Amino acid sequence: MTVETEGGFRVTGNGCERGVQYARDEITNPTRIITSTVRVSDARLRRCPVKLSAPIPKGKIFEAMGTLDEVVLNLPIRAGQVAVSNVCGTGVDFITTAEMHISG
Amino acid sequence: MGERYDLVVIGGGPAGLAAAYAAWEHGVKSILIVERDREPGGILNQCIHNGFGLHYFKAELTGPEYAARFVALVKGTGIEFSPDPMVLELTPGREVHISNKTEGYRVIRAGAVILAMGCRERTRGAIAIPGDRPAGIFTAGTAQRYVNMEGYMVGKRVLILGSGDIGLIMARRMTLEGAKVLACVELMPYSGGLTRNIVQCLQDYGIPLYLSHTVVDIQGKSRLEKVIAARVDENLKPVAGTEISFECDTLLLSVGLIPENELTRKAGVTIDRRTGGAVVYENMETSVPGIFACGNVVHVHDLVDFVTEESIRAGKAAARYLTGGDKGDNEAIEIETGAGVSYTVPQKVRPGNVSGGTDVFFRVNQVFAKSVIAVISDGETVARFKRERLAPGEMERIKIPAKVLAQAGRSVTLGVQ
Ligand SMILES: Cc1cc2nc3c(=O)[nH]c(=O)nc-3n(C[C@H](O)[C@H](O)[C@H](O)COP(=O)(O)OP(=O)(O)OC[C@H]3O[C@@H](n4cnc5c(N)ncnc54)[C@H](O)[C@@H]3O)c2cc1C
Repeated sequence: MTVETEGGFRVTGNGCERGVQYARDEITNPTRIITSTVRVSDARLRRCPVKLSAPIPKGKIFEAMGTLDEVVLNLPIRAGQVAVSNVCGTGVDFITTAEMHISG
Repeated sequence: MGERYDLVVIGGGPAGLAAAYAAWEHGVKSILIVERDREPGGILNQCIHNGFGLHYFKAELTGPEYAARFVALVKGTGIEFSPDPMVLELTPGREVHISNKTEGYRVIRAGAVILAMGCRERTRGAIAIPGDRPAGIFTAGTAQRYVNMEGYMVGKRVLILGSGDIGLIMARRMTLEGAKVLACVELMPYSGGLTRNIVQCLQDYGIPLYLSHTVVDIQGKSRLEKVIAARVDENLKPVAGTEISFECDTLLLSVGLIPENELTRKAGVTIDRRTGGAVVYENMETSVPGIFACGNVVHVHDLVDFVTEESIRAGKAAARYLTGGDKGDNEAIEIETGAGVSYTVPQKVRPGNVSGGTDVFFRVNQVFAKSVIAVISDGETVARFKRERLAPGEMERIKIPAKVLAQAGRSVTLGVQ
């Protein structure tokens, strides 16, 4: 994929429509969705994976990661549940990406 | 004894789930998925990053989310799924030998079998790295499982050997968790991973990528202390005087994946040395009638979407096989690998079984700038596909048109021009 910025904005060689928007963002305001995990109340269980509900500016990534350190979710967990809301004032939430049940 | 299913699917990762679901949708109502893990979903359960499903669902999903969509589809059917069992053996006559903790040893007869066992990682032994044997050396996938599923950090100062996607993903993951990733060292002059992963996992975090470099020494008593890397020449031999020393407590190996085919070999299925997986026809049937294969057990994929697509084809074909619909081995056209192409899947096509052409997945063996992929039959180019760029790290796909197949002789060759 090639982007020309001189005299306007032209994207060529993109495989799909999303390419144009991605290229524009990548040059003017690069953003990322980050994913991680959080603890769950039953310590025997595995971590619960989470993701940002929308991309945030690249510069906020580490600050956003910091908000997860103290989070402990109670079981059962639905996929799509909010783990941290309004992460670093971005209006974006960390949401769970898997469901987890109370097991024996 | 005496247990029988129309279809047994070995492996409950994305390949097995999609294949079983497709077979169900095409009329097969007695299906068993055998998965050795407690949960279905395969490798996707530890791939918590997003970027799955862009092609297939037109949405950017994480690994667990992608898996959950197929688990939900399968749960809505009468497909049986028994947790924990491991398939020990498959015979050419399609007897599946299974062992599990609660029910012990069972032999199940299957009308058709779909192989979907995925792949495993190459280890240090497989690539012969010299030096000490301290703790702190992991394959990238093992580290991924520890960090993402158990919440256990594997180290603080990390070097990554190999630029396969798992290594790149782990470089970012370890950085986000507070580790210092010193560099990623790659033997070849190009990366083995997807471009988007180079950008979003290395460049975003200022992690240097040393191409044409390898690890020449590993030092440490109980825990890893130091790794020495060096540049390699055109013959991939280390060049004296180019050593770089990295003080680190962890080395992650992302040096390739190998299709998991012990069962396949024992079943008498022909294996392709180029892919490390079964030789398959256009419908994912192997050399043994009634045994099909799909996903990473056939060839290593970088995008799960293509795994799904290929697996649906296998599921449909198994359904057709069970109702006696397919034609046999006669008149198969061999797809040969020409200049610049390292393998193709399928390797054989029976024109009688395809209408509207056949999809062919393949990889190139070096980086190419603007180029043309040509299908050659009897020395003549019969189809051409333009590409801006080709790289070994990105699987390619073309569709060979039906009319080309109809006019082809015993073989066609795929090459880069
Ligand atoms: C670390 C990593 C990162 C990736 N990142 C991306 C990405 O960002 N985007 C993307 O689209 N794709 C990505 N992929 C690729 C994609 O996830 C894989 O190609 C896909 O998961 C392969 O599916 P599969 O079903 O063939 O194999 P697997 O997911 O490996 O499933 C195979 C299953 O078979 C079971 N099994 C094996 N042998 C037996 C036996 N003898 N008896 C019973 N069960 C058995 C295993 O337990 C496993 O559950 C990534 C892959 C990896 C490894």
